[in-house]
Parts: sequence; C-alpha cells; structure tokens
Amino acid sequence: MLDNIKILIHQGKQYIPDITKVEVPGIFKGRPEISAEKVDIVALIDLCPTNAITADPVRLDIGKCTFCGECALSFPGKIKFTKDYKLATNQRSSLIISEGENTNINVDPDQIRKEISKYFSGSLKLRQISAGGDNSNELELNACGNVNFDMGRFGIEFVASPRHADGIVITGPISENMAEALQICYEAIPQPKIIILAGTDAISSGIFSESRALNRNFINQHTIDLFVPGNPVHPLTFINGVLELIRKR
Amino acid sequence: MTISIKNNQTIPIQSIPVLKYEDFLSVNLSLLQDASSHCVNYYGLFEAGIIKLICCIANDSDHTVLISSSEIIGGENIYPSFTAQHFSFHIFERELHENFGIRYNDHPWLKPVRYPYDHANQESLISNYPFYQIHSEELHEVGVGPIHAGIIEPGHFRFICSGEQIIHLEIQLGYQHRGIEQLFIHKKKLLQRISLAESIAGDSVAGHTTAFINLWESLCNYHPSEELQFSRTLAMELERIAIHTGDLSGICTDIAYQLGSAVFGRLRTPIINFFQSWCGNRLAKGLLRVVKNNYYFNEKLGLELENILDSFESDYIEMWNKFHELPSILARLEKTGVLTTEAAASIGVVGMIAKASGIKRDIRNSHPHDYYTQLKHEPVIKHHGDVYSRTQIRNEEIRQSISYIRNMIQTIPIRNNAEESIGPLQKNSFTLSLAEGWRGEICHCAVTDDNGELIHYKIKDPSMHNWLGLALAVRNNEISDFPICNKSFNLSYCGHDL
Repeated sequence: MLDNIKILIHQGKQYIPDITKVEVPGIFKGRPEISAEKVDIVALIDLCPTNAITADPVRLDIGKCTFCGECALSFPGKIKFTKDYKLATNQRSSLIISEGENTNINVDPDQIRKEISKYFSGSLKLRQISAGGDNSNELELNACGNVNFDMGRFGIEFVASPRHADGIVITGPISENMAEALQICYEAIPQPKIIILAGTDAISSGIFSESRALNRNFINQHTIDLFVPGNPVHPLTFINGVLELIRKR
Repeated sequence: MTISIKNNQTIPIQSIPVLKYEDFLSVNLSLLQDASSHCVNYYGLFEAGIIKLICCIANDSDHTVLISSSEIIGGENIYPSFTAQHFSFHIFERELHENFGIRYNDHPWLKPVRYPYDHANQESLISNYPFYQIHSEELHEVGVGPIHAGIIEPGHFRFICSGEQIIHLEIQLGYQHRGIEQLFIHKKKLLQRISLAESIAGDSVAGHTTAFINLWESLCNYHPSEELQFSRTLAMELERIAIHTGDLSGICTDIAYQLGSAVFGRLRTPIINFFQSWCGNRLAKGLLRVVKNNYYFNEKLGLELENILDSFESDYIEMWNKFHELPSILARLEKTGVLTTEAAASIGVVGMIAKASGIKRDIRNSHPHDYYTQLKHEPVIKHHGDVYSRTQIRNEEIRQSISYIRNMIQTIPIRNNAEESIGPLQKNSFTLSLAEGWRGEICHCAVTDDNGELIHYKIKDPSMHNWLGLALAVRNNEISDFPICNKSFNLSYCGHDL
C-alpha cells in the first residue's frame, strides 16, 4: 500500500491543466504559413511527395500534406510550420492554406448541425475504425485518453460497441478490404451520429493516393463533420478539434 | 548453388544462381538443417511469363545471407512445397500461391494471406475465407473482428472452443492491405518512397525506414557517415524503449492493473516527446533520410535526452519492481500463452517472440549494421515462451537500450556539413537489407532493371512469421486470456497486410 502511494507521489502531476492553451515542446509541424517570397515554384511543387502544393497563388493543402517538412527545409523563407496545433475544421476547404494568409483554422459554427451541440456537448462516445491505418494515428488516439491528455475529463471517450457510440473516427486511407466493415459499423450506430476523419491518410489518402487497393466511396457518400489533419494527428489537435465541434453555442 | 552476401550488400542479379526447382528446394531445405539458419525472405517476381523465385536464408553464426533462385512457369504445373518439409515456409508459399496461382501438391495449409487487389484468383473473397472447422456438438465457435473493441487495427480471429478453453484459433488478415509494395514502384520520387517506408507500420517508423535507407544507399553504392549511422541507430533504440514501455502499459490494462497501466503509459510520453523535440514528430516520421540528416543530433539534444532517461529510469524501475513482485500479476502472466521452443523453431518466428521462446535470433547481433557493429549487442533470451517471458524481454530490452543510448550520446559524431550527393541506382542489381525493429527482424529486398530503375520491392515485417505463433500459443488457454496473449505478441496488422 505504502509502495503504491510512493509510486503515485513520484509521478507528480502528469495531466495538462489547460488543453486549449498549452504549448507543445520542441519542434512542432503545425499550421503552415506561406510568405509572399519569390521562389522557384516549379521546384517547390515538384518537391512535395503528395502534390499538396499548388501554384497561383501558392497553396498548401494540409489535408494532403504528410508533414514531412521538406518544403520548409528547402524553402525556409517561403514556407514555415508554426507551433499552432489547432488544425481541425469542419470545412475541407479550410485546410488549404494560401500564400500570405496567416489566419487560424477554425470550426465554422454555422456549418455545424444543430443536434451536435444539443446532444453531444456534455458527453461524446466514439467508435474508432482503422481502415488501412498504419497504427500511428491509432497510437495517438489512444494517447488522447492517457493520464497526460486525459480526454475523458471532457466526457469524450472511445467505446467498444458502435451501439454505444455517437459517431465514428476513421483512420487510414480506407482499404478496399475494410470498406464493407466500415459501412456495417457506421450503420450500427444510432442516429444522430457524426463522422470524424483523423489523419492525412483518412482525409485524402495521403501518400497512398493512386493505390488500387483503396475504396473511398464511404467518404464520397457521407458528410464529414470534422477533418483532423496530421501524420499522425497530435492528441492536442484531435481533442481541441472535437471540443470545438461539440461546444455549447 | 547459392551466393553468399552480407546484410546491405548489392550484387548483380545475374550473380544469383538459377537452379532447377527440385535442386532449389533441396538446397534451401538442407541449409535449414543448421539450427542457426532461417529463412528471412522467400518471394517471387513475375516477368515475361516466368515467375522468378528468390529465396534468402540467413546464417546467424557466420553473418551471411545465402541467396538462390529458380524460374518456374506456374500455370497448371504442380510443384512440391518447401512447407511439407519445413513449416517455416508456410506463409511465403501461401503468398506465392495467392499472388501467382502457383499450385502445390503437398502444402498442408494453402490459405489466403491478405487478399491483395491483384491476387491471382479474383473469385476468392475476403468475406468468404475458408476457415478450419470441427463439426462437434460439444464445441462452439467465437468470431471476433475485423473491428476490435479498442483503438486497434482490424483483423478477424475465429476461435473453436470447448467451454472456455481454446482448442484452435485461426487468424484471418488482409483488411489493412494498401498495395504498398506496388506503390514503391509506381511512385518515382525518393521522398515519396521514403514516406511510404515511414508508413509501412507507423509503430515501427525507425525500423522500416532504416531498412529502406540502408537498402537504397547500398543500391547507390553510398556509404553513410558516422553521423547518419548514429541517428538511425539512436532512433531505433528510442523506438524500442517507447513501444516496449507502451506494451507494458497495455499488458497491465489487459489484467486490470490500473496503476501499472497509468504509470507505464505516461512513461512512454517523454520518450516520444523527445522524438518531437528532435524532429517535430512524436513517432519519428520525417527524421531519417537517405544521404542527408535534416535534424542533427547536437550536444543540447544529448543533454536533454540524458535528463529524460535519468528521470524515466528511476520511475520505471520503481514501477517494474512493484509490478513483478505482485502474485496476482504473476498468476496471470506465468504459464499463459506458451509457445514452446520446438513450435517456435518449426514455424520460424523472429524477434522478441523467438527470444522469449529460447531462440537467439536478433539482427543487431547476427547481421549488424550502422552503429550495431560497434555496440556488440548480446540478445536477451528467455526460455518459458509464456506471456511473462515476453514481458521480461521487454523489461530487459528497455534497460539495455537505455544503456546503449547513454553510451552513444557520450560521443556524438561531428556534423558533416559537406553537401552529399547520391549517384544513380546500380543497374540489374539485387539488394537485401535486414534491421531489428522492436518487434523483430525487418527484411527489405529490391531489384533494378538495365536502366537502373526500381522494378521490384519486397517488404517482410516480422509479423509475417509471428502471427501463427500467436495462434499456437493460445491453444488450451482460456479464451479470456486471449487479450493478454495478443498484447504480449503485439503484432502488426498493416505490416502483414502491407
């Protein structure tokens, strides 16, 4: 008993008191900013492994970006990744960052379905589905519930059964072999329900684009309530995004 | 009859002996008579109507890999299998059968592996897997998955039980198939290929990326500087500490030991946060690159890491000491999920699972690359093959990795500021790269054509060998012990399904 108390004391306070304001340690590849500097645009576009960069004006789509950071290393005056981890939005177009546009990425309150804050603001239970995910986003979604990030304090939790869930969180580019299971799981969730895409693979298939082993019909056929970019998503990005989505308004 | 190469050695494809299938079979099987040999990869390439089979047998005592090949037509021809004489080939021949339709007359378990999009028999569907069945009124079946209770990748487990006792488990995979090997050929940019390597298994980023980089640099006849070797080895050992610690948390969760679950779980955080300090990504994506080093490991990072390890170690040891003295914990872990040495050897398991069942098989020791040539790694071996052995391996490997890292950061290699360039890939060549990820032996193989273009890429994750080990280990256990057995193996779904 005394040993247990000793261990507990030695851990100190592990939780992050204010999840919305904490600063991430070290380098972080968060919301990018693109300056008006003149650079070799062809070389910049050619560098990107997922064709996330386009010209006129220069734009970076963080729904396609794998956050490899090579563009910022090769063109440091042009592209810079800030430490802003609030990247989640309900509008796919908000993930496309344009040259000279240094504004925050937001969840657009006008586009949130009314029932979401009505039913889910105090409690949200989610069913996670990995559909070709490489286990990196899965590790980070698990980390959301650990003692550091402690997402459970906001009433947001992952549950085992779709019958107990209010929505799904999809990771991975959606393999053909998981397409049916994903559909069945989604249908098993009672109405109203939400869909969250976690990670670049889920949002755009990322580095797996052009693979013949994918089936993204589910994404094309449903309205997505939240896009959470990252490779993998950072727990702070995920938790802040979900909190914004379900906040009482 | 074979050509002997070292880890990460490039050879002309023509130098690989092409044997008649009968000789190919007998030569490779006779190599396995030596207990220090095992098959690290066996696969096929399809070219102009011919299937070229390439078999790679590693000899752990003399640090070589013996390569041989055979060319067959496939089609209606029926071939004798390797598997009938050595079961460790079962998964490779199942893959050959699935990909190319090669027919065998004596393969005992010729089942689908992963249902790749281009598999030979398009009538074989993932929804219609041919499960083994026992018809008896006393037995019942339990099906679990593909979607599991936690946040975990998909796979289907089909148990045949007598009451609560597992008689048989069959594991059906393939749900995670993303066609990654084909994408390595389809996507031409090096940065695309390295991003793919980082996504083979997101929990083994350092392991798979190191295997890819070493292979690529060898194909380009480039020898990495000490600085590059240092950062790759350091990343692999940090990844080992992080995932092993997370696994200990998972094992505690599965036996409802809340304190261990919380403490080991939070101890993983400073390690992966260190990756973020180093390269901006908690799982080391973006850290390792071919030829260059975007994130030099400087003195300041060395100091930071030393402090992190100091505070990690004292809390870790305190928690471990409590954990392993509790009888209620040992009662759940000891003699649970036993994989005997005989079974482990016969199916050719690798990595942690082999070491927990008394088999010394560790690339860091047998086929060292990068800094492992200096570290003189001696693998941790346990003999009971149970959940507790696999737990102890993790504990001791964590401590071993910490001491390696402490030694390494005493002398950080100086930064190489010269702009390095890399030549083209060598033409008509074959390269094999082995690396010991935290899960075990990773093997990448590549072949180039006469224009120096990559024409074939083959990835073998340690999980390929080890999934069957889990199925055997749970036999005669209570079905309620399945989660703890599964966690103790912690195999990759996407690494298997690619």
